[in-house]
Amino acid sequence: MTLDRDAAPHPDLPDVVQELKERTATALAGGGERQHAKIAEQGKLFVRARLDLLLDSGSFVENGLLARTMDDGLAADALVTGTGTVDGRVVAVIANDPTVKAGAWGRETIRKIIRQQEEAVVLQCPLLYLVDSAGARLDEQFDLFIDRHHAGRIFWNQARMSGALPQICVLFGPSPAGAAYLPAFCDAVIMVDGNASAFLGSPRMVEMATGEKATAEEMGGARMHCEVSGLGDQLAKDDVEALAMARRYLEFLPDHAEGEVPRRAGVEPAPGKSLDELIPQAQNRAFDVLKVLNRLVDEGSLFQHRAGFARELVTAFARLDGRTVGLVANQPMRKGGTLSSDSSEKGAQFVQLCDAYGIPLVFLSDTPGFMVGSQVERDGIIRRGAKYLSAIAEASVPRICVVLRKSYGAGYMAMSGATFGPDATIALPQAKLAIMGPEAAVNAIYLNKINAIEDPDERTAYVAALRAEYMINLDVFRAASATYLDAVILGDDLRAELVLRLERYARKDRERLPRRHAVIRG
Amino acid sequence: MEHVLGAEMAANVWKVEVTVGQLVDADDVLLILESMKMEIPLWSPVRGRVTSVAVAPGDVVAEGQTLVVVEEGAA
Repeated sequence: MTLDRDAAPHPDLPDVVQELKERTATALAGGGERQHAKIAEQGKLFVRARLDLLLDSGSFVENGLLARTMDDGLAADALVTGTGTVDGRVVAVIANDPTVKAGAWGRETIRKIIRQQEEAVVLQCPLLYLVDSAGARLDEQFDLFIDRHHAGRIFWNQARMSGALPQICVLFGPSPAGAAYLPAFCDAVIMVDGNASAFLGSPRMVEMATGEKATAEEMGGARMHCEVSGLGDQLAKDDVEALAMARRYLEFLPDHAEGEVPRRAGVEPAPGKSLDELIPQAQNRAFDVLKVLNRLVDEGSLFQHRAGFARELVTAFARLDGRTVGLVANQPMRKGGTLSSDSSEKGAQFVQLCDAYGIPLVFLSDTPGFMVGSQVERDGIIRRGAKYLSAIAEASVPRICVVLRKSYGAGYMAMSGATFGPDATIALPQAKLAIMGPEAAVNAIYLNKINAIEDPDERTAYVAALRAEYMINLDVFRAASATYLDAVILGDDLRAELVLRLERYARKDRERLPRRHAVIRG
Repeated sequence: MEHVLGAEMAANVWKVEVTVGQLVDADDVLLILESMKMEIPLWSPVRGRVTSVAVAPGDVVAEGQTLVVVEEGAA
């Protein structure tokens, strides 16, 4: 007997090839026309268009496309997962499809998310969450809430991956209730203005629970999170800009904690004024530290992380002669560069982010210290500041402290001063280092004597003399003479000094502390 | 559109650089606070007209307290 390979399939067998084609087309299409029109109206891209913009052409390998193919109207169970490349580097992606069930999580959605998280761990690659979801489907909750492998597992995975693999979240739409924790565990969170929102209770639920009336935008909009709550790191104007920002993070982050930190060919900084022109000698005069940073780093490389939040402390990625660095700088244009509870937590997160992924840190200090007063004490500035100090104390990446102008009180520790174990402490000639500035110190020591002088002119002269005497203690050359500082250099030489020192410290044997972890006062 | 500009931190009002009715450009200094021995300038976020100055030099202000109101684009 011979086989006739060209014979037609048996008339009773289904044509599986045709069936696969149809099921695939249905899954790829997502939701219906009405849903596609709705997201277009909101200025959103279809999930597959988002992936096209993010990933290198033809690089996407999809998992679970046929999820819920046996159910009507649940294309891919409202989620696209897989791996692709960005500029040739492998990344894993988990992307909601808001045209299906408004992107809400069903039972296979969560299985797909967890499967993709696990694959990112196996492949040791960054993981991107492209979020646009109405939350969990309440009608499927029995199959997604209780078991060890149900939805909570997603956040457990996230917490366990934190610091091992970069996790980047782009919020294109809502991420309510439990899903609101998804951005919270990520290293970087990008939010699209006007469309993104994250809150534990929806406006309807909040009104029922407490009577408060607030719109989704007021309660958990992108702008609020990027400027007030600190949950958002980047405010994007639309989907396209948000995806460009996600790629920008990958420009600085390695594939995983032990991976090579990306490096490029070095370029000169943008032309402009010298550091000596940009930084006023008068200690109380504001200046824009971003201008200083732009004169130090490779042109076009500065990328602020959390630019809209706690603006008195700038945290930014950049390159110095091609080498990726994390910059932490006081911003005297905001709150005079005074540190606050919010800037402490911002600093803590950034230091941990850089330390986790092997990115060297450069601190640039010009701060009068931490804010004082009853309001900030009630707000817990001491314990929240301690979180930041703890993060610095644990950081084992190459770390340099530069005192641009002043570093007072606990602000010196917060800017990684010598007492906090940096690889080097260097200062510009106008630097002043002290427990407090001359005005406050003279007042603290001599208040009774000052008050005892009745003649106002005599009193003013006495105070001026005391301040001048006190300033001698703050003199940077005295500190250098006592070898408290490793170097005092000219502003014009700072870039070259940092480039050389970072090259030297790259060979540093990073310390591992013999303990499980610090206990943070939350 | 009205821009209500508040104090970014507890401070003393040191100098007021504008008066009600004055036209200002974006990034013009409206007043300067003094706190933590630092000068804290308040810049206009937009081009417009000053419609209210709620404080005077020497005043002590709390974080968030209204300082100046600027009506955007008002000729």
